[in-house]
Amino acid sequence: MNEIALLIAATIAAGTPLVLAGLGLLINEKAGVLNLGAEGMMLVAAIAGFAAAFHSGNQWIAFGAGAAAGMILAAGFGVLVIWLNTNQYATGLALSLFGFGFSAFVGVEYVGKKLGEHVQYAVPFLADLPFLGPALFKQHPLAYVAMALAAALAWFLYRSRQGLVLRSIGESPDSAHSLGYGVRWIRLAAVVAGGALCGVAGAFLSVVYAPLWVEGLTAGRGWIALALTPFATWRPARVLLGAYLFGGVTMLQFSLQGAGVQIASQFLSMLPYLATIVVLALISRNPAWIRINMPASLGKPFHPSS
Amino acid sequence: MLRLEARPQPSRAMSLASPLLALALTVVIAAILFVVLGKDPLRGLSMFFVEPLRTVRGLTEVALKATPLVLCAIGLAVCYRANVWNIGAEGQFLLGAIVGGGVALYVTTHGIAAPQWAMTPVVLAAGVLGGMAWASITALLRDRFNANEILVSLMLVYVAQQLLNWLVFGPWKDPAGFNFPQTKTFVASTLLPNLVPQSRLHVGFALMLVLVGVFWAFLFRSWRGFQLQVGGLAPDAARYAGFSSRTALWTALLVSGGMAGLAGAMEAAGPLRQLTPHVSTGYGFTAIIVCFVGRLHPVGCLFAGILLSMFLIGGELGQSRLGLPNALTGVFQGLLLFLLLACDTLIHYRVRWHPAPRRAAA
Repeated sequence: MNEIALLIAATIAAGTPLVLAGLGLLINEKAGVLNLGAEGMMLVAAIAGFAAAFHSGNQWIAFGAGAAAGMILAAGFGVLVIWLNTNQYATGLALSLFGFGFSAFVGVEYVGKKLGEHVQYAVPFLADLPFLGPALFKQHPLAYVAMALAAALAWFLYRSRQGLVLRSIGESPDSAHSLGYGVRWIRLAAVVAGGALCGVAGAFLSVVYAPLWVEGLTAGRGWIALALTPFATWRPARVLLGAYLFGGVTMLQFSLQGAGVQIASQFLSMLPYLATIVVLALISRNPAWIRINMPASLGKPFHPSS
Repeated sequence: MLRLEARPQPSRAMSLASPLLALALTVVIAAILFVVLGKDPLRGLSMFFVEPLRTVRGLTEVALKATPLVLCAIGLAVCYRANVWNIGAEGQFLLGAIVGGGVALYVTTHGIAAPQWAMTPVVLAAGVLGGMAWASITALLRDRFNANEILVSLMLVYVAQQLLNWLVFGPWKDPAGFNFPQTKTFVASTLLPNLVPQSRLHVGFALMLVLVGVFWAFLFRSWRGFQLQVGGLAPDAARYAGFSSRTALWTALLVSGGMAGLAGAMEAAGPLRQLTPHVSTGYGFTAIIVCFVGRLHPVGCLFAGILLSMFLIGGELGQSRLGLPNALTGVFQGLLLFLLLACDTLIHYRVRWHPAPRRAAA
């Protein structure tokens, strides 16, 4: 019983960076921009966050540094794809490659460094509940922020006027433009917001989850987050669900090993990636299903014909 | 005010000048970075652009590292021209190394006596098949399940790396290797013959040059290559003309997977002579940059591959001689691609000076 509670807790912890990054990418894609640079942004944010935590000793400064790093990179990406109309695939890929190199370069001094004491968190009263307490209420505060963010984003996208404008820009930028909305600036804002969330996700990985820095720390989580949006058919609540599902798969390898299952650890390490592939294949099987849910202008450049 | 103005036609000259402009900007930023790091910028830059070319040994090393880069890149050029976004050349490279290296290991452990002219081609062919098989997973999932090839091909890189790790930590580990994760050294009959004596440069370099020509002919002088490119540029026109997009998808992925696999097998049976977890130092990813800098053109990829190979060697020299982190190479690679994409804007647009419109006094 207690083991199951701990497994649930570990799943939520492993899923939290995916929730944050997935929601960030959802904002991007709802505005019609596909940012394949998620992995690169998360890596640079991870080292920025780690360095900030190392020197300041404060986690929240670290998350701020991660968010700032993500925003700066996302803004660069945004200017290229939104104003200069560069290919979104190629530019995102460039961002990921650059992020990998840059984070490795900056991070050289931080390999093997340790952060301060690991703090135990507990929600007052609720954490003392049997089973539910250790399963749900001993998470890092950011885990709850991520959950609240999914709800807030769902409200924003489907219940607020600004959310409607954002979605209209993703569906039909020309119509939004003719109604007088600044398509390019709103897209840039969405891209930067997405970068901030990917940044917090990266900093969470290096400061709370790992907590350490190694080259390529994110290990493909940015790409898994990219797979979350089609999996979730571009809906915030399903991003949350999908992220915990992948978090669970990540944890499964450790619990299988702990249970003494005789499989080489390398095959267990493949699980999250294989799961992503299988899920992508299942979810994409019906092209009409994807077409209905995908923002219609996703990945397409917009030229204002004023 | 500076403004971007659409050109009536894309500029051909700019399309060739853009990589050079991007390179020049990368050099400027690199020089600034060296100053920030407290190193002499001229000495730093010479590690990347002069030192690798000064000696015969340096030149052979540039050619050696350019070989896998160019092989992967010309395959990717076919993919990207067909609008198939294979970014998993790294995984296909690893599978080529695993299958090609596996054959070489089998020959080694079973003591099969065969002449080098017969055995080495078998190893390389096995590598090609390994890379093709790995790429065909992506093609199959795209074809049958409409799964995004970008994500699938990338996820398969991580799977391939774990597969390689399992083999060299497990069943293929050299029993006499002091528990290091590595296979036995392959017997001489499976290895690639040297091209230049006293160096590591092997005949794979010559084979690569031939393949650049073959790919040029395939892309620009063959009916299949033409169909593939029409499908990439104008899918509707291709459909109207009856060109199959499925054929294009499979061709592009099998060709690029095969090339990456060949590069992987060459790496195993060339300079390494065994398998370790570090068969690739990111060749498959660097090849994406090579491909774009080379304008998705086989001959362009050849030049770009040599350039990026100089970056790799420059990074190593900078580490050993100036104490710079080797990761600097990755920064320069990423910067180059970023700046290239920005400079490519000038192919379709030109910068014009517009005097600010005079405002009427309020």
